Amino acid sequence: MKVFKTAIDSIKFFILFFLLVIFISPFLIIVTNTFKTTQQFVENPISWPTRFDFSNYIKAIDYMNFTTGFMNSLIITITAVFIIVLFSSMAAYLFARFKWRINTTIFLAMIASMNIPFQVIMIPLVSIYGKLGLLDSRLTLLFMYLGFGTPFAIFIFHGFIKGIPVSLEEAATIDGCSRTRIFFQIVLPLLKPVLSTVVILDFLWIWNDYLLPSLVLLSPSLRTLPLSIYNFFSTYSVDYSPLMAGLVMTIIPVLVLYLFLQKYIIQGIMEGAIK
Amino acid sequence: MNRKNGLRDVGTFLFFAGPSLVAFFLVVLIPFLFGLYLTFTNWSVQAGSGKFVGLSNYIKVFHDNAYWTQLWFTLRYVFYTVILANVGGFFLGLVLSGKIRGQSFIRGGFFIPNLIGGLVLGYLWQILFSRVLPYLGNLYGWELFQSSWLTQTDRAFWALVIVNAWQLMGYLMVIYIAGFTSIPTDVLEAADIDGAGGFAKIARIMLPLSIRAIVVCLFISISRSFLTYDLNLALTNGGPFGSTEMATYYIVQKAFLSNDYGVGQAEAIVLFVIVATITLTQSITLKKMEVEA
Repeated sequence: MKVFKTAIDSIKFFILFFLLVIFISPFLIIVTNTFKTTQQFVENPISWPTRFDFSNYIKAIDYMNFTTGFMNSLIITITAVFIIVLFSSMAAYLFARFKWRINTTIFLAMIASMNIPFQVIMIPLVSIYGKLGLLDSRLTLLFMYLGFGTPFAIFIFHGFIKGIPVSLEEAATIDGCSRTRIFFQIVLPLLKPVLSTVVILDFLWIWNDYLLPSLVLLSPSLRTLPLSIYNFFSTYSVDYSPLMAGLVMTIIPVLVLYLFLQKYIIQGIMEGAIK
Repeated sequence: MNRKNGLRDVGTFLFFAGPSLVAFFLVVLIPFLFGLYLTFTNWSVQAGSGKFVGLSNYIKVFHDNAYWTQLWFTLRYVFYTVILANVGGFFLGLVLSGKIRGQSFIRGGFFIPNLIGGLVLGYLWQILFSRVLPYLGNLYGWELFQSSWLTQTDRAFWALVIVNAWQLMGYLMVIYIAGFTSIPTDVLEAADIDGAGGFAKIARIMLPLSIRAIVVCLFISISRSFLTYDLNLALTNGGPFGSTEMATYYIVQKAFLSNDYGVGQAEAIVLFVIVATITLTQSITLKKMEVEA
């Protein structure tokens, strides 16, 4: 009976594994073809490459200014995630612990704003910041990410802080601890479980975002990775092999991160979606 | 004493909420209100100002046939994407919520497309649709794939639906799994004892008990599909001949290429109202069907 069950388990696993391979075959086909020349690819896109030839990757790095795009994306994403997490957790602490009328009003306005899609904001946003001559700057983009990211982050942190007993903070107040120190030394370290949710969701959002940076960043030297890819495809539209190598290189950094953090990423997405 | 405390409170408020609030006001709230104002003016970037024109922008939207054609296209796209992605996500979740060898590895695999932006996925599939599938079609004589799907409007439509559903499926799967695992096992065991078959178990127990997950999944898939932009840009770029331009794509073109900010913004607001109405109606109707285990 037991042997029978293990056999069925194995069959189930292989069927699912086979389905998964079909599901992700688009990636596999593209990766295989990055080792062939464009001509070989056009002649037969499903043949195996004859050797591991990385010249398409070298071309892609050169044509799409991969290093510039990658560094820009890294700088923007890390800084933006950092300021969103820092300032939002501080605001959430204030809103959760000090029930002033102004706090409640602003908190509700932020929750309501989470339903407004970016599409409704983008035209006035570009009009205003363009008129003020503030476009084409990394700082402006970071500021915008803070504005768009903070309501959701505050919402998540607020929900979590509400569940932390106040007694710890009260004891610290009696001992003469300032509000700032209470937050940074007592509350912030307790936020770890939700911190990862916010970091993961915001990281994936900003790293992959195309529309907002395409409206804000105009100079080639500021381009993030999605902008470099867009530009690469508009310029070299039929030189398939380097284009595919460019796609693979854009995908790999996130995939490597996923290999190590899969459990947290899926958990983070789940918690973010259900709230 | 009171005054000192008051000052201290103002300081606390500014220190803790200041940065977030300033960004929120200047990036979300003020542009949102300015956007409403824009729809009643003939504002342009060059002039930097505009005259009040009343409802004429909204009347223009109403008479803009291309806008409604495009919106109808978007609506059909959302409809098919939502069905495909939810059915797929539901069954993947069903299969992968039980105890299976290599469970987290397989779940993780189906989730991969969600780590990647719509732009990159769009380009990847563009190459598949325009090069790889036609090659296979000609090799094996499959008529369906012999010419590129992206050069024919109705097939480009399905290309958009398939790629978006393919991506969303793994995401919805994760939410459905969370829903299924919250169903108490004794209910399912009771059903087994009563001799309920696999299908009856799904239809009578799994479905009604995971209404919450279904509401969330529908909400996410509807709003995401309505707002698709990157995929549209990379996969079809609105073509062939502008026949696959979807809502966001159309608005971006209208505002930033034709410089018609007032009308573009009015169109964005009409879209917002439609999406909000649909998502809210589905949440409210389905929540009424919720049952306790």
